[in-house]
Amino acid sequence: MLDVKGLAKAAGGGGKEEIKIQRQITLPWSEAVRISVRNVTIRLGRTMITASGIVLGIAFLSSVWTSSVIQDGLQRAQLQQERELVEATARGQGESENANIENFTGISEEEQQAESSKRVWLVVMSLLVCGVGITNAMLMSVTERFREIGTMKCLGALDSFIVRLFLIEAVALGILGSVVGTILGHIAMLGIFSLRERSLSVAAKMDWGQMLVYLLLCILVGTVLSLVSAIAPAVRAARMRPAAALQTEI
Amino acid sequence: MAKITCPKCGEQIETDGTITVCPKCGVDLREVIGSLDVDYEERMKTIARDESVTTHEFIVRTRGLKKTYVMGEIEVPALRDIDLDVRRGEYLSIMGPSGSGKSTLFNMIGGLDKPTAGRCFIEEVDMAQLDAFELAWLRCRKIGYIFQTFNLIPVMTAIENVTLPMIFAGMGTDEMMERGRELLDLVGLGDRLDHKPYELSGGQQQRVAVARALANSPAIVLADEPTGNLDLHTGKEIIDLLKELNRASGVTVISATHDLKMIDVSDRVVHIRDGEIERIEQRHEIELEVGGMGA
Repeated sequence: MLDVKGLAKAAGGGGKEEIKIQRQITLPWSEAVRISVRNVTIRLGRTMITASGIVLGIAFLSSVWTSSVIQDGLQRAQLQQERELVEATARGQGESENANIENFTGISEEEQQAESSKRVWLVVMSLLVCGVGITNAMLMSVTERFREIGTMKCLGALDSFIVRLFLIEAVALGILGSVVGTILGHIAMLGIFSLRERSLSVAAKMDWGQMLVYLLLCILVGTVLSLVSAIAPAVRAARMRPAAALQTEI
Repeated sequence: MAKITCPKCGEQIETDGTITVCPKCGVDLREVIGSLDVDYEERMKTIARDESVTTHEFIVRTRGLKKTYVMGEIEVPALRDIDLDVRRGEYLSIMGPSGSGKSTLFNMIGGLDKPTAGRCFIEEVDMAQLDAFELAWLRCRKIGYIFQTFNLIPVMTAIENVTLPMIFAGMGTDEMMERGRELLDLVGLGDRLDHKPYELSGGQQQRVAVARALANSPAIVLADEPTGNLDLHTGKEIIDLLKELNRASGVTVISATHDLKMIDVSDRVVHIRDGEIERIEQRHEIELEVGGMGA
């Protein structure tokens, strides 16, 4: 049953043999995806906790962007209302007061600039918070699986297999978490503004095209953040000597 | 090929000079072979030169193996100068109290850690000269590992655990599943293919681990305290299973243990103390009922 064919002189092997050896150790992408996705779905509870970091961060980002789009929409609506009012008055009172129309047009340029810089600051902060949260979550989820990684290396896994498995997992988590986070943040802001304005017309007033771009951006940011912050822990775990990885006790 | 007769048990053995122990009672046959005009030294030299024949007598050799762990500012020597030769097809036990360095030796032989000094050869290949690819290949194809804590992948079923090394070895899906089923059948778990590790008892988990160790038909099975987490009875079952595999397929079994039950089945027992080989016992030297073992 067991073949006793020798190690094909691996030590003295030339270029050709090395290529042969490389081919002999494989982890097809399909298998890697299958294993990673299963890892995510089977430990659903644990996954949810890891993902909640992403969800919260991206929910914050999404809410900031949603509120900005909603405010823009409301402002535009108000402006239009004022303009119509002014025009109506102007028509009523004759053309002499046309010059004053400009004075009514909403917020000054300075205020607008302050508002937008505040928004940029908020977005940067939310990204930082999200990034730190995800890195922490990823570190934890890698650390608690050191033994598993050590075992895989004993079974012949290359460092790159381990990194690949964890990165696929990170992307899956990233997509899952940021979709949920984006929707949560978006709905929360819609709700808050609807309550504040005491009408459901908020949704009608906003620019949905722009909103969609922002929402997709949220998902992209969450996924990329998750991927980037998983690289360091995954590489660190993969480089461990199997003996050391197997000895870790948690 | 020449036919010789074992001086101890009378077994007829066909040998080409590479088999030097009696498969039945473990007696050293070199003298007998030598008397058959098979110049043993010359024969080994020819084999060593001929790259196509890799059935060297020794599957594992260590020379001056040293390992020192650095803990803070203190250097703790775990292994000092281990010279060990393991014959092909042998069932070797490494015995010693905990902390004696047997697990460290296990890690060195298995290519799981690098020695501080000295060399370790697997089938005459110096492991220090292997790169990451070759080392992974060696672990995947040549060595099967069994651990005290089983170390099955918790999210995978029994058959998935067994087939994982075959995925790495690039085996096709159908072939893989069939071999996985065969192996689990072999260890007596043919009806537990789709059970997760936590749904299996300790003994059953270790059986899955044994099946996994055999996945890619390794030349060596390395076991680190395979019975350490098992009760007396289940431990014996695992030992018997390993011995049966060793006997039937000729796979070399190297087992680090302090389980005395292991002595019964071992061809040789290496006693390690404080990182040094204290003594090596051949099976026929051990005062036990060896007579019944060959049957």
